[in-house]
Amino acid sequence: MTIKGKAYIVGAYEHPLRKAPNHSVAQLHAEVAKGALEDAGLTKNDIDGYFCAGDAPGANVWSMANYMNLSKLRHVDSTDMGGCSYLVHVAHAAEAIAAGHCNVALVTLAGRPNSEGSSGTQVRDRGVNLPEAPYEMPHSPVTINLYAMAAIRHMHEYGTTSEQLAWIKVAASHHAQHNPNAMLKNVVTVEEVVNSPMISDPLHRLDCCVVSDGGGAVIVARPEIAKSLKRPKVKIIGTGESTKHQMAGQVDLTYTGAAWTGPRAFEEAGVKPGDIQYASIYDSFTITVLLQIEDLGFCKKGEGGKFVSDGNLISGQGKFPFNTDGGGLCNNHPANRGGMTKIIEAVRQLRGESHPKVQVPDCRLALAHGTGGAIGHRHGSATLIMERE
Amino acid sequence: MATPYQERKMRDPALNPGDEPYFEAAAEGKLLLKKCNDCGEHHHYPRALCPFCWSEKVEWVQAKGSGEIYTYTVTRRGGPVPYCIAYVTLDEGPRMMTNIVDCDLDTIKIGQRVKVTFKKTEGGASVPCFAPA
Repeated sequence: MTIKGKAYIVGAYEHPLRKAPNHSVAQLHAEVAKGALEDAGLTKNDIDGYFCAGDAPGANVWSMANYMNLSKLRHVDSTDMGGCSYLVHVAHAAEAIAAGHCNVALVTLAGRPNSEGSSGTQVRDRGVNLPEAPYEMPHSPVTINLYAMAAIRHMHEYGTTSEQLAWIKVAASHHAQHNPNAMLKNVVTVEEVVNSPMISDPLHRLDCCVVSDGGGAVIVARPEIAKSLKRPKVKIIGTGESTKHQMAGQVDLTYTGAAWTGPRAFEEAGVKPGDIQYASIYDSFTITVLLQIEDLGFCKKGEGGKFVSDGNLISGQGKFPFNTDGGGLCNNHPANRGGMTKIIEAVRQLRGESHPKVQVPDCRLALAHGTGGAIGHRHGSATLIMERE
Repeated sequence: MATPYQERKMRDPALNPGDEPYFEAAAEGKLLLKKCNDCGEHHHYPRALCPFCWSEKVEWVQAKGSGEIYTYTVTRRGGPVPYCIAYVTLDEGPRMMTNIVDCDLDTIKIGQRVKVTFKKTEGGASVPCFAPA
């Protein structure tokens, strides 16, 4: 069975706030759910599938289903794959719809790491009973150094430079200048990126995403319902999900799980990387973007540095417009999880509703890809290919 | 410019049942690995089942304690002192997460030969770190 053409994204909403000290996390989830429902033109009682991840209070569906009083649920899923959970949720929603288990699925993400003072240099407690923890936690793995180790290895093997990585931030900043909600709206230069403070070699402060509050939601529905609504039709045509880890000690940080999820999603969709007109690429750090672009097949392994340079990722200038909302690098990264906003900007592009300065002309085929966890030890990967009908 | 290694507070390992021999050996200055008696592979971190063939016939073996740096980074902000986290490829094969210590952190390179040394956590446990050979 394939999900190709079996489900559509009919609603999408991004919370406008980047700092929400007076909102509860539950309130943010409910506000984005309401926004996505209104965008779709559906009502609360139409929702019979609900998806959320570890950012939801309680880390499963109970509390938020209760708070929002979702009373018609026939299908629930609290799969947590970190920042790429929401791409997985859309794929699972499409599967559930194709199997007849639900008709209208709501997916929500929200959090307040900006108000709570979260940082990518903090050691995070990830729970009890973790088999690897005694062998890792004394060494202080934190988000940024788990990505920095991949960056240094990539530089060693392929000659990638800090200036090439900086171009990824430069491109994101060119897009963010047109987004009134973006946290970082100023266009930056390669020099400004490489001269920003070094956090963990070779990643500078401006190689990092922002820390923001907020959230987002999407609604996935079966074709008959999508056709009855007034919004442009965004059809899900290919998905892939996987997880990559330390391979029992045979660690290889030069590629991500995108090398597995990308080919599967392209095969299901029946398209090739060269067919994609717009891509949302997970951007926790600049190196994250570079590795995924290579792994998804947009360029050869090792040639990502050259590919991202000289404005190639800037919409209207380069050949590969990415993250036209400014992405996690400049716009927002709610709950420290960037997967939802990757889907939302791809939906905007396919609907022709991105900012006119960054809108890809007649965008009919888009890809969103996410990475959750950390590429330096364990991560999830998810790819979604969507088509405007 | 140099970034000399500084002692820092290391978290205690939160042991699960089965982890005790590794840390008891570490306290005596020995680095242990698990080796599978069915498929012959070494693995790290140590498990009750061989992660390659799922055989239960795994046993503790002492590693030579030498290897080379696969990758590393010096984390300069966010903590009280800069520190170097790395993966070291042991001569037995597995790559393990560790810290590089007892040197100028600015001189660390991929491919550099290193040898094991043990540092104490806050609660007095010993954990394997590596220093230039």
